[in-house]
Amino acid sequence: MTEFIFSPQLLHIALAALAVMAFVGANGLVLVYMERKLAGHFQRRPGPYEVGWHGILQPFVDAGKLIGKQLITPDGADPLLYWLAPVVAFVWVLALFIPIPFSPWLTAFPMDLGLVLILAFAGTGLLALCMAGWGSNNKWSLLGAARAVAQSVAYEIPLLLAILAVAFMCGTLNLSTIVEQQGRWPWQWNILTQPLAFAVYFICAVAETNRAPFDLPEAESELTAGFHTEYSGMAFGLFFLAEYANMIVVCAMATALFLGGWQGPFFSGVWWFLSKMYLLLIAMIWFRWTYPRVRFDQLLNINWKWLLPLSLVNLMGTALLTKLF
Amino acid sequence: MPILSRPLELHANPIMSRDKMSTQSIKEQISGDYYTCRFEEGRSEDTLILNMGPQHPSTHGVLRIILELDGEYIVRAEPVLGYLHRMHEAMAENRTYLQYLPNMGRVDYLHALAWNWAYVGAVERLGGIEVPRRAEYIRVITCELNRLASHLLWWGAYLLDLGAFTPIMYAFDDRERILDMIQSVCGSRLTYSFFRPGGVAIDLTDDFLRAVGEFTHYMRGRLPMYKTLVTDNIILRKRCENVGELTLEMCRRYGATGPVLRGSGQPYDVRRAEPYGVYPALSFSIPSEAEGDAMARYRVRMDEMVQCLDILDQAIADIPGGPFLAKGAPKPRWKAPAGETYFAVEGARGKIGVHLFSDGSNTPYRCKLRAPGFSNLNCFAEMARGTLLSDAVSILGSLDLVIPEIDR
Repeated sequence: MTEFIFSPQLLHIALAALAVMAFVGANGLVLVYMERKLAGHFQRRPGPYEVGWHGILQPFVDAGKLIGKQLITPDGADPLLYWLAPVVAFVWVLALFIPIPFSPWLTAFPMDLGLVLILAFAGTGLLALCMAGWGSNNKWSLLGAARAVAQSVAYEIPLLLAILAVAFMCGTLNLSTIVEQQGRWPWQWNILTQPLAFAVYFICAVAETNRAPFDLPEAESELTAGFHTEYSGMAFGLFFLAEYANMIVVCAMATALFLGGWQGPFFSGVWWFLSKMYLLLIAMIWFRWTYPRVRFDQLLNINWKWLLPLSLVNLMGTALLTKLF
Repeated sequence: MPILSRPLELHANPIMSRDKMSTQSIKEQISGDYYTCRFEEGRSEDTLILNMGPQHPSTHGVLRIILELDGEYIVRAEPVLGYLHRMHEAMAENRTYLQYLPNMGRVDYLHALAWNWAYVGAVERLGGIEVPRRAEYIRVITCELNRLASHLLWWGAYLLDLGAFTPIMYAFDDRERILDMIQSVCGSRLTYSFFRPGGVAIDLTDDFLRAVGEFTHYMRGRLPMYKTLVTDNIILRKRCENVGELTLEMCRRYGATGPVLRGSGQPYDVRRAEPYGVYPALSFSIPSEAEGDAMARYRVRMDEMVQCLDILDQAIADIPGGPFLAKGAPKPRWKAPAGETYFAVEGARGKIGVHLFSDGSNTPYRCKLRAPGFSNLNCFAEMARGTLLSDAVSILGSLDLVIPEIDR
């Protein structure tokens, strides 16, 4: 036991945890600013402008505001569930960063079952939404949580099948290996050999992170903020950060699986990974500010009638072609 | 919590008033107000009673709708009104005819000039006052600009309800231009008291007419962009098509007018059915669609925006010179001849009616305001039955309700 406490493994774990938290925090700040600026420009206005040069200090001020707000427990809310939900929502997402290969040496824990870990933890993250929806003692939150459950559970399946097709093709579930198997140039990336999987994956990713046009669980105009209606201050901030962290995870996965990860035509490294990830994040933000919201039954229709058959066809086609060649 | 000396007796709620009243705590006795208790009486098994409003982002004001939900499906819906009742009709009895005019701008602040026109038209009919031709043209120009502004706001707000956050910004950009123009002549940006019995308050300038011409040209260039990006968007079409079916028979029962009626196939427009002002001299068409769903009402209003631009172009070309206020226009404290009149105009939401009763004094005896939103809202309960919660939001938006006008 004593060997473990002062061992390199523990140091590795501690460093990895710190690095992941720092990364998520820093990216959360950048994403908050980017979202508001992009939203502003899409809407023909400048976005945050006052705080710092072109509003660049806005996320810090926002964080300060959220931390300083009064934490309110609604009347009749279950205190354990209510206060555990945002913590679980945020902390759970951090575990998803473990196998993601930011660069050949910048991976928390390269593991052979990296994909399985991510999919498993992503599925369980839904628990936080349920706790929030039920513990708030608010019918609107309950509706939001019910929608979130149905949506997340439904959209996990085509997500899994799309990823499975890529794993089939590469013959491994290890994310680092998948990245290394792709080449440096764009025509060597998996997006060209698996375009359908990429499309299905990205749509499912947008749905899994509850982003518009699939943002019914937190639909502002219908459910007065859905499952996080009753949260104020840092609790809301944690949900907010958890949503951005989720976005980062799915975009990072997409980069690793389809866009060649950290590989690039010149100077391969973590900056390529981050640029590709941010390109996908900008696409997600663009979707949000362009499209109206999909109705709930239409959302499930899209999943069961379109994404699931497409991903199945893709998987079978991949399996067939992999076997033949 | 109020301190009661005896237990509450909610006689309208048989569930609560049954047994063990005295042993229940005060908190358990108050399970809801009168409307919720009445609503709960008719409830079936395993349904959720939900209050949409009065504080809700998409009820367009303080409207409360009590919903009975089976999962996401609406089993029953009942609007509860009165949260914004400001007693405008009572105020009419205590103000002179000219003092009451600003109230009209506040009834429906989005199409204030139409309400101005309805009231001023009723007063003119009562007093037999002739309106100069130039004043009629000024009324048409400003009222149609106001109608366009109202439709733009409806469009932006409807899409905001449906989850698209960007179109409202574009709509308000266009609205700003209209508001700036109208402000230069009417004096305010939202609640106008520009019309007077016998004409209008001040004259238009040539700069204004030129600005209107430039604006119509600009707007005609914008509307195709809205069509491509929004109206033809598959997600919007899925949210609006076949949602909120409103048959003509239902419209007749509830007295629905305006785009709600025209979206169900009946091309009824007060400007053609009971013509007023210079509308008989202007050529414009009445858009109507036959489907009766939310998409039909949407398309009717988008077409009406184009018709507004046509009317504006004709009016600024044909406007004559002359006085803008009749010589015998009522002065303050004017006494109307005894009698009653009714005057109706076509507002952005439907048929606006003012029924004015005069007893010969300088204040009206009674002023009944017919708000189109009131009749349009009552269709909602029947339309929303069996639909999803998201559809209820879509239907409410497509009805273009302004609650202040409904509650008055």
